[in-house]
Amino acid sequence: MEMSGEYKINATREKVWAGLNDPEILKQSIPGCEEIDQTSDTSFTAKVTAKVGPVKAKFAGSVQLTDIDAPNGYRISGEGKGGAAGFAKGGANVQLEDDGDGTLLKYEVDAQVGGKLAQLGARLIDGTAKKMASQFFENFAEAVTEGEDGATDAPAAAAPAPASAAAGQVTAMSQVGAGTWVSGLVVAAIVLFALFG
Amino acid sequence: MTGTGIGASVKRVEDQRFLTGNGNYTDDINRPGQSHAWILRSPHAHATLNSVDISKAVKAEGVIAVFTGADMAADGVGSIPCGWQIHNKDGSPMMEPGHPPLAHEKVRYVGDQVAIVIAATRDAARDAAELIEVDYGVLPAVVDMDSALAGGTLVHDDVPNNRCFDWEIGEKDAVDEAFAKADHVVSIDLVNNRLIPNAMEPRAAISDFDRSTSQYTLFTTSQNPHVIRLLMGAFVLQIPEHKLRVVAPDVGGGFGSKIFHYAEEAILTWAAAKVHQPIKWTAERSESFATDAHGRDHESHAELALDKSGKFLGLRVATKANIGAYLSTFGSSVPTYLYATLMAGVYTTPAIYAEVQTVFTNTVPVDAYRGAGRPECTYLLERLVTKAARDIGIDPVELRKMNMIQPDQYPYQTPVALQYDCGDSPATFESALKASDYAGFEKRRTDAEKSGKLRGIGISTYIEACGIAPSAVAGALGARAGLYESAQVRVHPTGSVTVYTGTHSHGQGHETTFAQLVSESFGIPIDQIEISHGDTDQVQFGMGTYGSRSLAVGGPAILNACNKVIDKAKKIAAHIMEADVSDIEFADGKFTVAGTDKEMAFAEISLAAYVPHNYPIEEIEPGLDENAFYDPLNFSFPGGAHICEVEIDPETGDVEVISFTAVDDVGRVVNPMIVEGQVHGGLAQGLGQAMLEGCVYDDDGQLLTGSYMDYTMPRADDLPNFSVATQGVMGASNPLEVKGVGEVGAIGSPPAVINAILDALAPLGVDDISMPATSQKVWQAIQESNVRQAAE
Repeated sequence: MEMSGEYKINATREKVWAGLNDPEILKQSIPGCEEIDQTSDTSFTAKVTAKVGPVKAKFAGSVQLTDIDAPNGYRISGEGKGGAAGFAKGGANVQLEDDGDGTLLKYEVDAQVGGKLAQLGARLIDGTAKKMASQFFENFAEAVTEGEDGATDAPAAAAPAPASAAAGQVTAMSQVGAGTWVSGLVVAAIVLFALFG
Repeated sequence: MTGTGIGASVKRVEDQRFLTGNGNYTDDINRPGQSHAWILRSPHAHATLNSVDISKAVKAEGVIAVFTGADMAADGVGSIPCGWQIHNKDGSPMMEPGHPPLAHEKVRYVGDQVAIVIAATRDAARDAAELIEVDYGVLPAVVDMDSALAGGTLVHDDVPNNRCFDWEIGEKDAVDEAFAKADHVVSIDLVNNRLIPNAMEPRAAISDFDRSTSQYTLFTTSQNPHVIRLLMGAFVLQIPEHKLRVVAPDVGGGFGSKIFHYAEEAILTWAAAKVHQPIKWTAERSESFATDAHGRDHESHAELALDKSGKFLGLRVATKANIGAYLSTFGSSVPTYLYATLMAGVYTTPAIYAEVQTVFTNTVPVDAYRGAGRPECTYLLERLVTKAARDIGIDPVELRKMNMIQPDQYPYQTPVALQYDCGDSPATFESALKASDYAGFEKRRTDAEKSGKLRGIGISTYIEACGIAPSAVAGALGARAGLYESAQVRVHPTGSVTVYTGTHSHGQGHETTFAQLVSESFGIPIDQIEISHGDTDQVQFGMGTYGSRSLAVGGPAILNACNKVIDKAKKIAAHIMEADVSDIEFADGKFTVAGTDKEMAFAEISLAAYVPHNYPIEEIEPGLDENAFYDPLNFSFPGGAHICEVEIDPETGDVEVISFTAVDDVGRVVNPMIVEGQVHGGLAQGLGQAMLEGCVYDDDGQLLTGSYMDYTMPRADDLPNFSVATQGVMGASNPLEVKGVGEVGAIGSPPAVINAILDALAPLGVDDISMPATSQKVWQAIQESNVRQAAE
């Protein structure tokens, strides 16, 4: 599976960045995310429960960050094992750009699934991943813009995500910058649920 | 007259239990103290098994045992064998890499067995399987045949270039000569799409081991329990026949996919002796998709040489056949002796040469599927002949007629080993043309144009070899078994009869058809006759059911055993009625003394046989119970003509099959209703292959068409009302004069459909479309044609 797209988060870079550095926000934003553990500056593990069509499984994933070019982007790659449900592996190239008041995330995800996930879910994965990605952005945008005077903007900002996802162009994405593990984590989680979700 | 003999459309006696939920399928059977198995399967198409850690799984609740390939290897369990040895062009034997029932050291396709978990319940086994930690060393997978033959990645380290064998048949020099003098050479490149069998009942098995007798029992969804006993007992588990009972009870469809000895059968049987309790396993539907042997999967290039008038001079065929990750039981025979030996088709082509390479890939094994080799051959020939007609501007009907074997040419020796015993292709062809109103087609095409539709008509004529097979011939060609059949006809004291047959019925209606043979023979109604099959402890021996062989090979065995019964009964009757045996006549269930009014009913003689108070004991033994084995003289050769008419909506690419006419020569028809049903089923599968079904693996060897969301089976609303008829000459190579009907529908129909679609699209300049010809593919071809025409 390959997907690419971009997503605008209607918040300042600072806001986005803060959110991306808040594990609690991330965990809330990532559908099905149960655990996140940092294992080094550039790697971490996560547990995500995901359902693709009829296949439901808990995936244990490990993720590495490479090609880090703070604050412009990096590559994140990972692998998740879902037991009898199969496996998923893949990666994403992520770029971050300023965009007016907001922050634009561009991403290209490439992923492979295997075993029952591929057998039963192949045609569901794209759609599921897009849906999960837009859920993430919705959750994330809501969390990082909460309490802002831009509150009126926030719903409007979030709105394009589902719309563009529905148009079949977009997906998940990610983010960011400074080379801390947390930012990678977001991508990882998104990759994970893009893959597993 | 009983009204239930040969030629009567007797309603299928087995349908009562099938249709009322009273069938006895393997999954319906439960043994006392039974445990349940779950098979852990590889999610990778190709990987080393670096470690398989079962330590957590064995401690899980309800788990009785967990075994891996290492356990079976340590026990000296053998490799799953292939039943047919093919030789390379240079005379060397094919490559036969090991096939351990549980993968050992390496997995080679998605679904390959890694471990078996045995637990108190199926859910417990399944949950515990989640706890097995497998360290896979993922390797690149080879999926397409060209990459495999390039040899970069090896499925089996000991098989260079992944080539199982490189085989040939026919006279290469004669064919080269024919091409040298040809006026026309027409060539075609074809893919015969890979199919997933989809029997209604998934595979299942129950194994048991009796500690007091050391007797093993295996219930399994098999088309040939004796073959499984032989292959598994002698080659895999080293259990002698007298200690191994294999039972194939009611089986819900096979289509070939249940011929083969599958790993699960050996794993369960072996494990039953380890855990000392019965073990049950039933495949989930998704396991069926991923692990039942698939069918077809050929890529071919073929060339036909013709003279100026259109007479065929020579045929040259080069085929690559995907054999999957391991050699399945008959995987090697399907793309060779069941395929290229039919390359003459119904034509007098004097020189034919075919070469076939079979290729290992990281996909599930490929083996026989309804038609097995003959649909691939027929598709190639009939596409090629139709293309030749178009390319050189001869009517496709005339081109076929001009090249057909004439009835007076039988027995007809083909250039590719087979000798057709009898047939009349021109007659079935003529009938099909008439029944389909071929002559009126152009008007229908014009009418369709008026409503914006593209209408096309397609022809396929075929002959196939079935009733497999004379043992001596099969043996000479590499079969490692005989292919005779056996029957025991046991007449009970009060005159009812049980027949034990070595064939197996899994939907074909043998319990009716075979009973009709006995009804005809003994003059008793079929409700007095029971047909028993499927249990190696009851049935003397048998080679099972496949290759449309049951009636052609199993039927004469029953007939011969019946004749032995009648011969003995005549001696008893002669003794009791005090007449010379030569004066005893038997008809309509009565023994009479010629020229007198003395008579005895069949049941009176049977009673005398078991209560031999007044009996010719010096001459014959008591009892009335006879055995016969029958080995046919030749294959049987059904043939026929199929004509398909389609309408295509150019806006959507939707193809509607408007009519389908099949005229098949299947020899003598025992039960016309069952024969018609068999043809219908075969046609449905043939149309499925042509228009809907196609197995897809991605480049990593992941099965993408692994459920009914992605693999399209034909449904009633995809099919027209078939017009089917049988006609022809009686079979010449067996005493019943039957030929076989199980596969003809699937063999003849796919090229008729594709030829019809291409006929409809011909005005747009479309000259090729691959199976399955889905609406999307047809639409795409129409769009490309529009682009092409716009450019011109």
